[in-house]
Amino acid sequence: MPITLNINGALQSVNLPPDIPLLWALRDGLGMTGTKFGCGVAACGACTVLIDGEAVRSCQVALGDAKGQITTIEGLGQPDNLSPIQAAWIKHQVAQCGYCQSGQIMQAAALLATNPTPTDEDIDQVMQGNLCRCGTYPRIRAAIHEAADMMKAG
Amino acid sequence: MANWRKITRRSFMVLGAAVAGGAAFGVYKVTEVPPNPLQPAAGAVPLNPWVIINADGVTVIAPRAEMGQGISTTLAALVAEELDVDWAQVRVLHGPPAQAYFNAGFAERMSNEPDFKLASAPKSHNVLLEAVPKIFSLQITGGSTGAIGGFMQMRLAGATAREALKAAAARRLGVSPDQLRTEGARVIGAQSFDYAELAEEAASLVPSDVQLRDPSTWRYIGKPMPRLDMVAKSTGTAQFGIDTWLPGMKFASVRMNPRRGGAMNSFDPKPAMAIAGIERVVDLGTGIAVVANNTWSAMQAAPLVSVDWGAADYPADSEAMFENIATAFAGEPNSRLRDDGDVEVELAKGDLIEAEYRIPFLAHAAMEPLNATAWLKPDGTLEIWCGNQAPVLTRDACAAAVGLTADKITLHTPVMGGGFGGRTDPVPAVLAARVAMEFAGTPVKLTYSREEDMAQDYYRPAAIARLTGRIEGGKATALWGRTATPSATRNALARLVGFSPPGPDRGSVEGGFDQPYGLANYRYDGHLSDLTVPLGFWRSVGNSMNAFFLESFIDEMAHAAATDPLAFRLDLMQETHAPSAAVLQKVREMSGWDRLKRPGFGRGVAFCYSFGTPVAQVLEVGQTPDGIRMTRAWIACDPGLAMDPAIIEAQMTGAMVYGLSAAVRGAITFADQQVVENNFYDYEPLRLHQVPAFEVAILQNNGQFGHIGGVGEPGTPPAAPALANALFDLTGKRVRELPLSDTFDFIA
Ligand code: FES
Ligand code: FES
Repeated sequence: MPITLNINGALQSVNLPPDIPLLWALRDGLGMTGTKFGCGVAACGACTVLIDGEAVRSCQVALGDAKGQITTIEGLGQPDNLSPIQAAWIKHQVAQCGYCQSGQIMQAAALLATNPTPTDEDIDQVMQGNLCRCGTYPRIRAAIHEAADMMKAG
Repeated sequence: MANWRKITRRSFMVLGAAVAGGAAFGVYKVTEVPPNPLQPAAGAVPLNPWVIINADGVTVIAPRAEMGQGISTTLAALVAEELDVDWAQVRVLHGPPAQAYFNAGFAERMSNEPDFKLASAPKSHNVLLEAVPKIFSLQITGGSTGAIGGFMQMRLAGATAREALKAAAARRLGVSPDQLRTEGARVIGAQSFDYAELAEEAASLVPSDVQLRDPSTWRYIGKPMPRLDMVAKSTGTAQFGIDTWLPGMKFASVRMNPRRGGAMNSFDPKPAMAIAGIERVVDLGTGIAVVANNTWSAMQAAPLVSVDWGAADYPADSEAMFENIATAFAGEPNSRLRDDGDVEVELAKGDLIEAEYRIPFLAHAAMEPLNATAWLKPDGTLEIWCGNQAPVLTRDACAAAVGLTADKITLHTPVMGGGFGGRTDPVPAVLAARVAMEFAGTPVKLTYSREEDMAQDYYRPAAIARLTGRIEGGKATALWGRTATPSATRNALARLVGFSPPGPDRGSVEGGFDQPYGLANYRYDGHLSDLTVPLGFWRSVGNSMNAFFLESFIDEMAHAAATDPLAFRLDLMQETHAPSAAVLQKVREMSGWDRLKRPGFGRGVAFCYSFGTPVAQVLEVGQTPDGIRMTRAWIACDPGLAMDPAIIEAQMTGAMVYGLSAAVRGAITFADQQVVENNFYDYEPLRLHQVPAFEVAILQNNGQFGHIGGVGEPGTPPAAPALANALFDLTGKRVRELPLSDTFDFIA
């Protein structure tokens, strides 16, 4: 039986068993490939999405449990309609290979939603679950501060 | 400048050809005409397309793969500089596999001269060396050669296209081309024309000799350019290989023999077939692929297939492997690429410093797990998508594996979620191709689980080094380094091209024999172990191993000489290579090295000249109640001509983080002939809160003007010794074995 999800403000139905992680329902079932697979065991953060505003590892959420409003990187902003976080990411030229960045940006979005002026310690706390093999961490930190400023300025 | 023009005329040729709605301008090098990838028909105009101009704007075909190192942006900037187009009008694509794209920079890397000598040598054309990549069809991205190889070609392509467009406009206006100028993708004269409307005409008007822009007028080269891939990578719209999505596709995962190289005696798919969504288990000879209607089910099912694996032909565990490596010291060295003075006479005077170092195997562990998609079309052709660092090799390997000719295969190279040398082997593409042959008409995407990616990698070799030195009157008088390791180069080339080069194996001693230390007696030997663990090229290759040995030992010598370790290095380098001394001097200033260090902190310095770029790093560490924290890092590098400072800064920082990750916790170990580590929880890179704050300085004194050193790799080698040296400074404990978390507690 198809399962209906609320993704980026639209209802989408996916025909996969309920025990499949949300990650794979997005990627394989719906072709929404912005959310990435990195480890499958909650160790890297590449698969991070928001459910009701909270950052979750979509590799750990069963499709059947994915109730609530799901926001993926595609829903945060688009190339012609960037969210402030994405604009800050571009301004700071954060990405190298870019593979981890969907997850980094979603995690940062969750952070800024609850803490509009995070300190370095706050960033350390919240962002440490998101690995970047390219080592873009210093620019991630700078971009989060920048996004906070941009959002404050409105 | 005159020199460039000479090189231009002798070594390069530019051709133009009309393509649908526009023109393509291409450059190729040396004497031989490589086959044209766009027009494979015999007798067609040979063309190596670098720049296509049509109504879409300017498309640069970048011959180097984009793995995150920013190379496509830098190559595009070189074209745009000469072509007078606005940055927003430039697009970049990765070229199709073709020998025409052979990597000129890679050939330079195959010489046995120390890099720092090559950088200042007058450019000589060694035709044999330049031909080597063509023989091997090495359209390889690696060895930090991308920008080096592209520097002349890309600019020449842009300049030639510009002049041809001017010639076309001049014909229309009945004036001479030098009365016209170009700006914003237009030729401007009494009347002005879009490049696009002139392009087809211009294709036949390619001038034979064009003038390159004077560097003083450069607008893009040397400036931080917004990366062309940045918007896509910040919005989830960049299409990595793993994102290939085709209607009706199936999803697969593999499980290959974890005892690498061993056979598969038998397997029983039944337990796996019980999982919902599984369609078939495909026999791949030395492993299996599970094909399903989603990737997760395939990954769940693959471990359930019950398999009787044959044994590998290497020792059972890491301990036995190190024993094997150590026995290599007993034999004759494979190489002695440095033998200055007479170390034996000097060391016979006694009072020696001796140390033995050990480093483990390492995995690449790029963020994007290995994957490939293949689709056998109804017309019998095979289309493949696979992020890879060697397209010609990958295509040919797929062709051979499935019994098709190469012209029946189209290989796409999407952007890669990290490479670090780990996407040179064609295995994922080959396996996907083989599975696709069993599913005619249906695209199949094959994705490795993280566990499989780690178990099936081609590793940075483990190694042991024994160094002996002598100090007299506070100065080093002799150094003899001996390393023992299985050769990554031989191991990989035997597998990739069926041929392992004889002679001295540079890859196992680089970073050790070739450093600009002016010791009167300096010998460096490489002993090769015959261990058959599958090996590959890992970011900075041998430099990552030997820099740890040499730079740790130099530090030990400095302390034995009761001399400041930075001043000790400078003293040895000053006379030998000024640009190297300058980067050391620079980190000394940046880090405030000569001021009193902060109480409770330790500092370490390390240096390595690799891939044409000297890099010096200072790292500060501090003791906290939660463990040791890396607090601040300073990096000074000198790539010669710095083409894009923002990209260089990112690469230097990222490469140091990569090196530090390995130094702190990186180790691939074996038990029962299988890799023990599974995933990021037991092969854990550094996380955001664990990396230091960075400051990077880019100097431009190295080599003759126009020398371009690599930037993707040279930041990695000094990282591990800088950390080990800092920990010694902090704790008084000299640790000669990696990873360092075996000895020290770092913050979790
Ligand atoms: S894939 Fe979900 S945390 Fe790594
Ligand atoms: S940008 Fe490559 S893994 Fe983060």
